[in-house]
Amino acid sequence: MSKQIIVPFGPQHPVLPEPIHLDLVLEDERVVEAIPSIGYVHRGLEKLVEKRDYKDYVFISERICGICSFIHGATYCQGVEQIMGIEIPRRAEFLRAIWSEYSRMHSHLLWLGCFADGMGYENLFMNCWKVREKILDVLERTTGGRVIQGVNRVGGVSRDMDAAELKRILSEIPSLRDDFTELTRIFDEDLTVQTRTKGIGILPKDKAWDLGAVGPVIRGSGHAVDVRSTGYGAYDELDFKPVVRDEADCYARCMVRAEELFTSLDLIENAIDRIPAGDIMVPVKGNPSGEYYARAEQPRGEVIHYVKANGKKNLARHRVRTPTLANVPALVQMLAGCELADVPVIVLTIDPCIGCMER
Amino acid sequence: MKVGVMALTVLKNLVKGPATIRYPYQPAKVTPVTRGHLVITIDDCIFCGLCRMHCPADAIEVSKPDRTWRLNQFQCVICGCCVSYCPKDCLSIEQIYLPPTTEATIVTVTGPEPEKKEGQGEEVAG
Repeated sequence: MSKQIIVPFGPQHPVLPEPIHLDLVLEDERVVEAIPSIGYVHRGLEKLVEKRDYKDYVFISERICGICSFIHGATYCQGVEQIMGIEIPRRAEFLRAIWSEYSRMHSHLLWLGCFADGMGYENLFMNCWKVREKILDVLERTTGGRVIQGVNRVGGVSRDMDAAELKRILSEIPSLRDDFTELTRIFDEDLTVQTRTKGIGILPKDKAWDLGAVGPVIRGSGHAVDVRSTGYGAYDELDFKPVVRDEADCYARCMVRAEELFTSLDLIENAIDRIPAGDIMVPVKGNPSGEYYARAEQPRGEVIHYVKANGKKNLARHRVRTPTLANVPALVQMLAGCELADVPVIVLTIDPCIGCMER
Repeated sequence: MKVGVMALTVLKNLVKGPATIRYPYQPAKVTPVTRGHLVITIDDCIFCGLCRMHCPADAIEVSKPDRTWRLNQFQCVICGCCVSYCPKDCLSIEQIYLPPTTEATIVTVTGPEPEKKEGQGEEVAG
C-alpha cells in the first residue's frame, strides 16, 4: 500500500469561481477521501433581517446570490406573503415564473460555460456565454437589471410586461432554441466532453437519496425530485415535467442542465400563452406575525427560506438552506475513489455557489 | 462537410466582427429601464430622510440642518428602494452606468436655502 498524502484544493483554485477548501487524501493519484471546509465568504446577511424593514429586506435577500438572485427574492416574498395571508395577483405569479425561468437559463448557461472552461474547452465556454448574453438582454430589458433584477416586492412584482414585450419574447424563443440545440449537441457528442465526463464522479441512485442531494445532482442520479412539481406559484398551471437522467455521472448532471434549458423555454412559452390580465401587486399593510418555510426550485436545486416574524417591522429570523449545502455531502461521496485530475470537473458538477451557501 | 461548416463560421466571424464590445472605451448597452445610477433633483427635496432610513446598503446620508444629501456611489446597489419611498419624487435612476473607478466616490448635493414665508423674517427679527 502506498503512502497517503494530503493535497489542499482551494480556496483559491483556477476552476473555482468561489472559495471552498477541500483536503484531498491521496494514494498515488487516487483520491481516498475529501474533507471539505467552508467559511471563507460569510457576510452575515441573515442577521441583517433584524435591522431592516421586512419589505426592504427583499433587496438584501436577492443579493444572497449573484446568479440565482431572482429566485431568492421571490422565495423570501413567498414566505412573508404566506405569513401575512396575502394572495398575490395571478399575473404576478406568472411574471415571477417567467423571470425565474430566464434566471435558470442564465445560470445554467453560465455553469455550462464554466464547466467547459474547467475541462479546458475554452471555445465552448465563450460560446455558452455568448448565448447567455441574449438571456441577460431580455432580463435587462424587462426588469432593469442584468443579474439582480430587483422587481420582487412583498405583495407582487413592481414591473409588468405589456403585450408587445410578451410577443417579442415569444418571437425570440425559436432562435434561442436553435442556439441551445447547437450547444447541447456539442456537450452530447464532442469527444473532449465525453472523455472528461462519462463514467466519472458516480453518485449511485440510493446514495444520492440517502445523502439528500438536490437539483440536477439528484436528477442526474435518476430521481425526479423538483420543487416545481409541487406547483408553487404559477407552476400548477404550467406543463412541467422534470428532466431526469440515469447515468449518475458528470455527463448526466451536465446533460440534465443542458436539457433543462429547453424545459425553461417551454415553460416560458406556456406561461406567456396562459398569463391572465390584471394587477401585478396588492397593497400590503401591517407587519407579519408567524413563521413559514417557503420552498422553490433554484437552478442548483431546492432552496428553503424560513421566515419568522413577531409582529414588528423587522423579522425575528430568516434562515436559508441553499442547494449547494445540500449537495456537499454528495460531492464528498463522488470524490472518493476518483483520479486527482478529475477533481475539478467533479467539483464543478454540483455547481458550487459558495457565496450563496455561506451568505 | 465539416471543412465547409468551419469555413462558413470563419467568414461569418470576419464579416460580423466580435460579439463583445470594448467597454469602457465603448459605452455599455442600456435599455430604457436599465438601472444605471441614482440621481437627485435637490430643489424638490425636503430632507425627510426616508431614503436614508430605507436604503438597504446604508449608502445615503441626509442632513436637514445642513440641507445636504450625500450618496456613497460605491456602496449604492441601485436597487431603487429609495426612489419608491421618496414622497416628493425627487430621486430617480438614470440609465447610464457609472464609469469604473478604483476609489470610493461620494456625491454631496446641497439644497437651496428654504424660502422664508411671508412675514416670517420680521417675526424672527422682532
